Amino acid sequence: MNSGSVIEIKELSYGYEKETVLEDINLSVPEKAFLGVVGPNGSGKSTLMKLILGLLKPQQGEIYLFGKEIRRFKEWEKIGYVSQKANSFNSGFPATVFEVVASGLTKKLGLFQFFKKKDKVKVMKALESVGMANLSSKNIGELSGGQQQRVFIARALVSDPELLILDEPTVGVDAQNVNSFYQMLGELNKNRGITLLMVTHDIGTISDKVTHIACLNRNLHFHGPAKEFEQLSEGGLSEAYGHDIHLLAHHHDHGGVKR
Amino acid sequence: MIDAIFRYEFLQNAFMTGILIGIIAPLLGVFIVVRRLSLIADALSHVTLAGIAASLLLEKRLMMFNGLNPLYMGMAFSVGGSLFIEKLRAVYKHYQELAIPIILSGGIGLGVIFISLADGFNTDLFSYLFGSVTAVSRTDLWTILIISVSVIAVIILLYKELFLLSFDEEYAKASGLASKSIHFIFIIMVALVIAASMRVVGILLVSSLMTLPVAASIRIANGFKQTIFLSLLFGETAVLGGLTVAYYLNLAPGGTIVMISVAILVGAILYRKSNYGKKAM
Ligand SMILES: Nc1ncnc2c1ncn2[C@@H]1O[C@H](COP(=O)(O)OP(=O)(O)O)[C@@H](O)[C@H]1O
Ligand SMILES: [Mg+2]
Repeated sequence: MNSGSVIEIKELSYGYEKETVLEDINLSVPEKAFLGVVGPNGSGKSTLMKLILGLLKPQQGEIYLFGKEIRRFKEWEKIGYVSQKANSFNSGFPATVFEVVASGLTKKLGLFQFFKKKDKVKVMKALESVGMANLSSKNIGELSGGQQQRVFIARALVSDPELLILDEPTVGVDAQNVNSFYQMLGELNKNRGITLLMVTHDIGTISDKVTHIACLNRNLHFHGPAKEFEQLSEGGLSEAYGHDIHLLAHHHDHGGVKR
Repeated sequence: MIDAIFRYEFLQNAFMTGILIGIIAPLLGVFIVVRRLSLIADALSHVTLAGIAASLLLEKRLMMFNGLNPLYMGMAFSVGGSLFIEKLRAVYKHYQELAIPIILSGGIGLGVIFISLADGFNTDLFSYLFGSVTAVSRTDLWTILIISVSVIAVIILLYKELFLLSFDEEYAKASGLASKSIHFIFIIMVALVIAASMRVVGILLVSSLMTLPVAASIRIANGFKQTIFLSLLFGETAVLGGLTVAYYLNLAPGGTIVMISVAILVGAILYRKSNYGKKAM
């Protein structure tokens, strides 16, 4: 068990019903890293995130969070999560942006505790950090996809997490905003020292944004610093990706992903 | 009207009960509607009917059940039904809505059998189906008061947890919330509120008191707290207005309460149209 690793995964395997989705995954995420997890659709990226978040139980292998075996890990407020489904929530839900972000404090405050003045300040600060403070009293359904995504990031940030997990956060964000979005993540990583774990199938754009990369396709095909990844030839990438690499590169030529 | 309320105990009972259910039914209704569980209220009210019918049957056949308030058996059936729904939802993971017709038809089937076994009832079954201004007893009122206080306390204490669970169940689980236990408490509260409301609005119309005021407020409210506030306001207006009209015109209050709720709903839709024009939900 390395100290200094926020996440440590050993020989992890997982399958739904019969089909194996993840096989023999070994992965460690150092403190303050910005790890990009890439892989084609259906390669098990979201499944891996759900395992790390305790939403699914490992069938084989071990997961350690902040040095604690996941079944004994209790400090979930240390982890912020922006799910892949964040932009397909019930958009008619009658909640303001403020209320949505405040709900990120639920676990940290604890049972039978009420929101206090200083919690409201925290919510506004989180909204400011994603540039959404001026929309705090709008209903969440009235915002654009990109704005909603920022609100969900604010919800994940409001409890001051040490680890932030994002599952394809740029889906639904329009192409022009993707860059400023990555910039914001980079700042969270550098200035606030938050360890970031971001899933994307947009492999081309992220290698210069992140510090580490993991290539997933059932097995882990590459895992290491982003610099080493760039030095891989396209042949090396194809090995990891199978045929999908050309398709993905093609997508990227058209500038980002749209819903 | 005020005069009459001071004079007649039955009117006091009906109006006090009305005030209470005008709060708790829409209050839980907000969470039911946003979680898209509206039909659960319908299913549970029909199970409550089976409980009431069972109680009336036992009262007719067995002396020892004489004087037992049918409300209690209705509550027991409703709570049992809610647990059964949860079981079914777990069994049919991919067809969770199947639980509702199963429980609903089971409730009616059982209720009809009990009713025919009893060869009809002396007690006016009609008042259980559509509510009554005169049938609410002091014991009913006390029982409903206890339920109301408990429900309001639980909602206040678990407000942030219930909000998070309603808005984003996966996130609630990922933040380590005991979402199963909270959902369990919630569904028991729904069962109790349905049993408590049926005296005044009637079994067939209970679910509308939980959903119509919310449907109206969701059209015009900004945010969740405001949705709750408006739902309570609309629910209270419908219950008190409905009871008053029912008393003077000698109608079943279930009908008048629901029709006022419908009128409020139409008003809210028109108000929204004229104010927001282009914006669609
Ligand atoms: N709840 C589920 N039940 C059964 N199979 C699932 C479920 N979720 C995902 N899968 C399957 O697991 C595989 C990996 O899915 P996922 O982890 O979502 O991939 P990714 O996020 O990389 O696109 C896919 O083949 C998918 O069909
Ligand atoms: Mg995915």
